[in-house]
Parts: sequence; structure tokens; C-alpha cells
Amino acid sequence: MEIKAKGYLSPLSEEAKTSLWVYLKEWMCTTDAKRIGVLYLIFATFMAIWGGILSVIIRLELAQAGPDIITDAAFYNALPGMHATAMIFFFIIPAFTGVANFIVPIQIGAPDMAFPKLNLAAFWILPPAAILTFAGFFMNSLPEFGWTAYPPLSNSVYSPIWGADFWVVGLILVGVSSTLGAVNFLATVFNMRCKGMKMFQLPLFTWAMTVTSFLILAATPVLTSALLMLTFERMFPGVFYFFNPAGGGDPILYQHLFWFYSHPAVYIMILPGFGMVSEVIQVFSRKHIFGYVLMVWSMIAIAVLGFLVWAHHMFATGIALEIRVGFMFLTMLIAVPTGIKIFSWLATMWGGSIKFDTPMLFAAAFLAMFTIGGLSGVVVAAVPVDIQLHDTYYVVAHIHYVLVAGSLMTAFAGVYFWFPKMTGRFYNELLGKVHFWLTAIFINVTFFIQHWLGMKGMPRRYYDYDPAFELANLISSVGSVVLFLAQFIFIANMLWSWRKGKVAEDNAWKDGFTLEWQITSPPDHHNFHHEPYWKPLVRQHVGPDQPGGLWHRYDD
Amino acid sequence: MASQNASLAADSMVGEESLGVTNGKLGMWAFLVMDAMTFAGLLAGYARLRWTPGSDWPLPIEAFGFTGIQLTALNTFILICSSVSMVHVLAEQMRGNMERARKWMLFTIVGGLIFLGIQGFEWTHLIMDMWPYLFDEGYEAAYSVNFAATFFILTGFHGLHVSVGVIYNVIIYLGLRSGKITKDDTSVVEIAGLYWHFVDLVWILVFTFVYLI
Repeated sequence: MEIKAKGYLSPLSEEAKTSLWVYLKEWMCTTDAKRIGVLYLIFATFMAIWGGILSVIIRLELAQAGPDIITDAAFYNALPGMHATAMIFFFIIPAFTGVANFIVPIQIGAPDMAFPKLNLAAFWILPPAAILTFAGFFMNSLPEFGWTAYPPLSNSVYSPIWGADFWVVGLILVGVSSTLGAVNFLATVFNMRCKGMKMFQLPLFTWAMTVTSFLILAATPVLTSALLMLTFERMFPGVFYFFNPAGGGDPILYQHLFWFYSHPAVYIMILPGFGMVSEVIQVFSRKHIFGYVLMVWSMIAIAVLGFLVWAHHMFATGIALEIRVGFMFLTMLIAVPTGIKIFSWLATMWGGSIKFDTPMLFAAAFLAMFTIGGLSGVVVAAVPVDIQLHDTYYVVAHIHYVLVAGSLMTAFAGVYFWFPKMTGRFYNELLGKVHFWLTAIFINVTFFIQHWLGMKGMPRRYYDYDPAFELANLISSVGSVVLFLAQFIFIANMLWSWRKGKVAEDNAWKDGFTLEWQITSPPDHHNFHHEPYWKPLVRQHVGPDQPGGLWHRYDD
Repeated sequence: MASQNASLAADSMVGEESLGVTNGKLGMWAFLVMDAMTFAGLLAGYARLRWTPGSDWPLPIEAFGFTGIQLTALNTFILICSSVSMVHVLAEQMRGNMERARKWMLFTIVGGLIFLGIQGFEWTHLIMDMWPYLFDEGYEAAYSVNFAATFFILTGFHGLHVSVGVIYNVIIYLGLRSGKITKDDTSVVEIAGLYWHFVDLVWILVFTFVYLI
């Protein structure tokens, strides 16, 4: 078979031009960050479908009160945890890492990541980790302790199953993968910038990945330590007691360690999205970002504060009131840098000559919906309110507004935005818009009503509920099914456009000024033909034929 | 041909540095931050379990039997000495005395191996003699079982690091012997040194927490 492609998509060796097998092998063993990025994105897509299927099963079961499609309550009990694990650890984080692998080295004018082999290793840890994590499905031993795995529920007394052991080991491996990735990003950004580029001239997406990498580096190992202790407690019952109160352990200790990771993890899942939206809004508003320096400092502030708020997940555990009030205050403080970012994006759009292509639609809708998610976050940050709403559907609504209307929408904005750069072709705009509108509408249909459900007292993770909640649950379920199906429009669009889409220019959106828009679409192996040079910013809007403007940073 | 040249030019760009240190060094520092946080998690667990009201924590000096604190203090001294010898490896390499650099590297490796040997001896003694409840359910622990649990996880995780470090140092030693690492490749030795010094530094924390306090 003959392979017709260009740029980094082309076969690297003579054999690969004629043999599909050799061509695939080149991809699987590649050290090119762009190819590894694509591998991440393919993996993340499969995991998104898998996590989406699990969520649809949950919602179909909940469409009516009483047991419907699932007869085994234990199986239902495992689903929310498995859905969350798939979406958080195997979809959102790898999806952002994928885009960043492609874009970050190019944005800083580097030919590749600092450690190309480590990069490949970090990716290839993920598929075996996924197999381990979800092994319970094949062995009929699904862990039922949710994605948080609180002991004593997750210890060997209450979850004496192999599936749980595999799940824990799978998560440790994911942690290893993402820390290796973070080490790589940091070394790349700090050390491989092209001549003339200072830290405060980095594009905001690169900044976002830098801050995220610091978060991963400082937070993920703490989860690993907690999971190590959990593993030993599970493997050697009667010998190791860390969390089991029966042996003098402290279950609250696990929660502290777990949330010391998992709260920063929500920023690991949203900061790259912030970066993507910053790029999209600049290009489609045809204006430079408003308050660049403040945008960077806000991200740093969010990251630092993110480490100081973990106990707001533990208001209901009986920790001292003074501590709860302190954490409430710090949690609410995060609204300040987040607000600065929201207003900076709005100010960037203000007076801009805005083009509403699909990436911009996703970015703009993100601003509106993430604000709802952020505000409901302030609501549950208040101790007295949280005590009432704890473990209700309000929390489910909040986290989905943040992660679906936040992370997922920004990921779509980023993928649509850079698709012409990645493949050299445009996606189909009409299909993109259909996908956007269905997604934006049905996210709200699915999740908005869950605020009401939570306030009325419907608990999360329950198999059955009061029939009074039936209509609201039905609406949410219908929304989730349409939302899930709408995503196949995206996949079809991407697959079709990759082969048949309209050919894209180098600067596909015409207004891109960061380095990735100065090189060919798709980029060549090693990105640049000669060493790029970054000229200081000129904050004025000039066209590519006018020297001295934003455009002449890399002369090909 | 033109594209091949372009690709060659691009290859030469890999490894360009803007901070004045190699990628490897920066990567190792980042990795060590990560590793320090893992130890921090385990030490936080230790602290929480020990200072929980009602925990029946023994005095370490009584809990270790004849291997005691003295033997581990000697072991700590050996590990610190191996860190000093690691400094000599780099110093001699920079002076171009490759023969002496190799000898110091051997000294470092032996130091690591002695550390592991003494730790293995201590573990065997503790498991077989001092804490029989670990294997035999008939016995009851004389004190809080969390003591043994945190002891094993902290010293075990550190021991794993020492083992990895010894293997790492052996690879460097082989490189020095075969001439693959020359007197100009100081960065390779320096990065291995960073890891080895970190392992020492963490041990001082672990030793203080588990044995001394």
C-alpha cells in the first residue's frame, strides 16, 4: 500500500513508503513529540468513548426510579468510580498532554521535547495502566469504592477483590506516566526555548503547561505515596496498618493525602484548557491578549492556592471548625485569580474583530459555562452549605460544569483550533458547528437540572431514588444520551477531514502569530528548517507583509 | 537531499540550552522534586500516625533489639562517606585523573552495597526476632503495629532508591572503565551524583524520623 502524506505524517524510511506495517511501527516507536502527541490523542479518544459509555449506562439506569436495565446493584455501584477514573486519568489529562506534546515544542521554537525517549516511555505506560485499572471488568471483580478509594471501604476487608488491587496499581502507573511527562515539559520549556524568547514572552498555552507540570510534579507523588500505603495495607492484612482504624490507622490521613493530590488535579485538568482558550480567543478576536502578565500570574496564583485548599473536600469528616473556616476562606480566594482570567478573556474579545468559527464558539461557551461551574464552586466552598450539599447531586453538577463545560469544551476548542496545523487540512465547519451547538445545549440539559436535584436532596452514587425526582432525572438522562451521540459527529468530522478536508495554509486562521503558525502545515520532522529567532513583542496589529509587526519572528 | 540537510541541521539543534545547564541536569532536578514529594507523603503519614492521640508508639531504642540505633548510625555514616566519594569521582574526572575517578566510583558502589547489606541484616533480624506477629498471627504486637508499618515503608522505599542508585553507579562505572565516559562528560557523572546525594539527604530525614526522634 502506498502512503500519501506530508510533513510529520510522511513515512520516515523507504520501507515505510510501501509497507503499512513498517509505517505503523514508525508511529508506535517514534520519538517525535508531534507523533507522540497524536498517539496520546488517539488513546484519549478511545478512553473518552469508554468513559462516555459508562456514563450513559449510569444515566439510563437513573432515567426512572427503581432498578431498570441493571439488575446487579453491585455492578451499578462500581460504575461511577470507573467512569470518573476513565475520564480523569485516561481521557482529560492525556488529551491535554497530547495537544501539548504537539504544540509546546513548536511554540517555543524547539525541534522536539527535551527527552524524546522518555516522552515515548511516558505514553506507553498508559495503555497497560488502563488495562490494569479496568481489569475488574474482565474478571468480574469491580472495585466499588468510587474513584476516591477511601479506606476502610477500599481495604482488603471490604474490597477483598483482585480488581481493586489492579485498579490501585493502574493508578500508580498513571501517576508515573504523568510525572515523567511533567519532567519532560519543564526541561523543554526552561531549556529549549529559541534564542530571544524570554519566559514572559512564552505563549499562554506553553505557560499553562509549565504551571501544570509544576502542579503534577508536586502533587502526583503524594497520591502515589497514599496508594503505596493502601497497596501494602491491602496486600499484607494484619501486618500493615496505615488507614484502617482497626489497627490504629487513620482513614482521614488517606483523605488528606488523596486530596492533596486530587484538588490540585482539578487544576491539572483545567489550566491547559485555560491556555488553549487564551490562544483561541486572541486569534479569533484578532487582538493580543489583554493583561498578559496578569494572566500568567493568575495561573501561578491558582496553582499555589490549589495546594492550600484540599481540606474543603473534607468538611463533613469532623475536622476542627477553625480549620474548616480557614480552608473555606482560601478556597473562595481562588475565585480572584480565576475572575481575573475570565475578565481578561472578555477584555480581549471587547472591541475585537471576532470570527465565530468552531474553536471560538467553544471558547466563548466555555467562558459562560465555566463561570456557572466556578460560582457553584464558591457555593459548596461555604462550610454550612457544603454540610447540606455534601454527597448530593449538586456536587455532581458542579464538577461536571467544571470538567465537561470546562476541560472538555476547552479541549475541543484546542483540537479544532490546531487541527489544520496537525493535519494540513481544515475540518468541516458545518459539522463543527452542529457538534458545538449539540454539545453546548445538551451539557446544560444534562447537568443544570442536577443542581436542583442536589438541592432537593438526591444523593450521588445511589442506584434508586425517590420517584419525586423522576422527571428531572429523565431530562438529565436524555441530555446525556444526546450529548454522548453528538460526539460521534466530532470523530466523524476529524476522520473525514484528515483525508478529504480543505487544504490549510501555514497560518491557517490568518491571524495566528505564535511560532506554530509560521511553519508548514503539517509541520516537518523536527519542526523548523533552521533555528528560529524570537523578536520582542510588538503590540500592534500589522499584517504579514508589514515588517516589524507580530509576524516576523521566524523567517523561513 | 535538501530536506535531509534540513533535518540534519535540526538534529544539531536538539540539546540547545537556554538556562546554561544540560537538559539532563534540569530533568534530574525536576525528578528529584517529584521524589522528594513522594517521601514527603510517606513522612506525613508517619507523622500523623505517630502523633495521633492514643497511639502506642515505642521508643525506637527499645524497639530494634540488638541491631539498635548504633548499627544504623554506622550505616548512615557509610552512606554519607559514599556521597563524599561521589564528589571525588567528579572532582577527579574534572582534573582528568580518570584512573582515580574510577577508583572513587568503585568506593561509592561498595559503600552503597554495604548500606544495603546492613539494612538487609537489620530487616531480617527485625522480621524474624523482634516482630513475630508479622508472620505468625498467634503473636500480638508489643506496641502499635503502625510503628513497624511506617518503618518498613519508609526504609524499604529508601532501600529501593539505594538499589537503583547502585545500579546507576555501576553503569557509570562501566562507562568510565570502557572509556565511553570521558573526562569531558562531567555532566553525566554530575547527574548521577545529584541522584546519589539526594538518596543520602533523604536518608538523613528518614533516619531522624524513624530512629532518633
